[in-house]
Amino acid sequence: MAEFALPANSRISGQGKSYAAPAGAKRTKTFKIYRWSPDDKANPRYDSYTLDLDDCGPMVLDALIKIKGEVDPTLTFRRSCREGICGSCAMNIDGSNTLACTMAIEDVKGDVTITPLPHMQVVKDLVPDMTHFYAQYASIKPWLQTVTPAPAMKERTQSPEDRAKLDGLYECILCACCSTSCPSYWWNSDRFLGPAILLQAYRWLADSRDEMTGERLDQLEDPFRLYRCHTIMNCANVCPKGLNPAKAIAEIKKLMVTRAV
Amino acid sequence: MASNSEAGRPLSPHLSIWKWRVHMATSIFHRVTGNALAFAGLALFTWWLAAAATSPDAYKTFLSVATSPLGWIVWVGLSWVFFQHLMSGIRHLLMDTGWGYERGLSPLTAGWTVAASTLATAAFWAFHLFGPGAN
Repeated sequence: MAEFALPANSRISGQGKSYAAPAGAKRTKTFKIYRWSPDDKANPRYDSYTLDLDDCGPMVLDALIKIKGEVDPTLTFRRSCREGICGSCAMNIDGSNTLACTMAIEDVKGDVTITPLPHMQVVKDLVPDMTHFYAQYASIKPWLQTVTPAPAMKERTQSPEDRAKLDGLYECILCACCSTSCPSYWWNSDRFLGPAILLQAYRWLADSRDEMTGERLDQLEDPFRLYRCHTIMNCANVCPKGLNPAKAIAEIKKLMVTRAV
Repeated sequence: MASNSEAGRPLSPHLSIWKWRVHMATSIFHRVTGNALAFAGLALFTWWLAAAATSPDAYKTFLSVATSPLGWIVWVGLSWVFFQHLMSGIRHLLMDTGWGYERGLSPLTAGWTVAASTLATAAFWAFHLFGPGAN
């Protein structure tokens, strides 16, 4: 049964700190950031950091790096490529999941509220535990599976048309913005694979070179793994890469029907 | 997951921080309206039947409540709930055929269900109150 309220230890009730803007700042913006550390045995809290936008890069990640570098080195978050390809800096910004590196500060009206990806165990501050998500990814066997022997001296080829079927699927960076935007995943992540993993599952179902389509569908044919998708559509509307996991899930459901009739 | 909880790790906020958009609202409303129809609708229907079967006095009591201001709110609300569940159901039926998944289109069609159910409710009551046979 879904638990709609946060557990007592997770309520954001801690006393937050406030960091004022540097003197003389003209264009300021306040970043209200979720903080929790395993070291201080307290509930999560919001700390507020007011920055001078004239002395900060344009993206939310620029602000986070500036805070960590110049204001509060204890702030913890993941980041790597700073250009929307690694998926590390996925977080909830202004009530929606996205990548901090591709989200412009000016696109947020008022204060910028930042929390970790929703309904995840928090390791520290904006860092969620992704172990379960990655285990689910491994469970769909995300690699090319074949039974026929590999062609001698060359790779398995694919026509341009068949290759085009992977467009909109292969671009997924596994940032988990979609899965953690999905209420079905919030309440049933123990059994429901969630939008990201199902999009990846479809990426291999749609691959003309893969020869395990039947086995892959058998694995997914389950009231929870696949069919917990109720087309709420949050996934497609948050994906920072513009992909459509809901549509991929619908395609899997169509494959299930097609093979049954 | 249990080991994480034991480590005292908090669960990150979800419903409380999420910025709702119309497609998420109509999705949960599909369930809410379905349940409202099943439970409230069934209870009222049973009361009406039971009152009619019991006695003229019981039926009079039912009518006085049903035509009170509160009663009107319930009837108009229930009719909207019915039309919203219907429109949302049609949208989900279309989506089950693979239509309507495009980004931007799903919030739009969700908005349409609210507009359509509101219009249908207005039309239903206009017909009932002012149409042919109204008294």
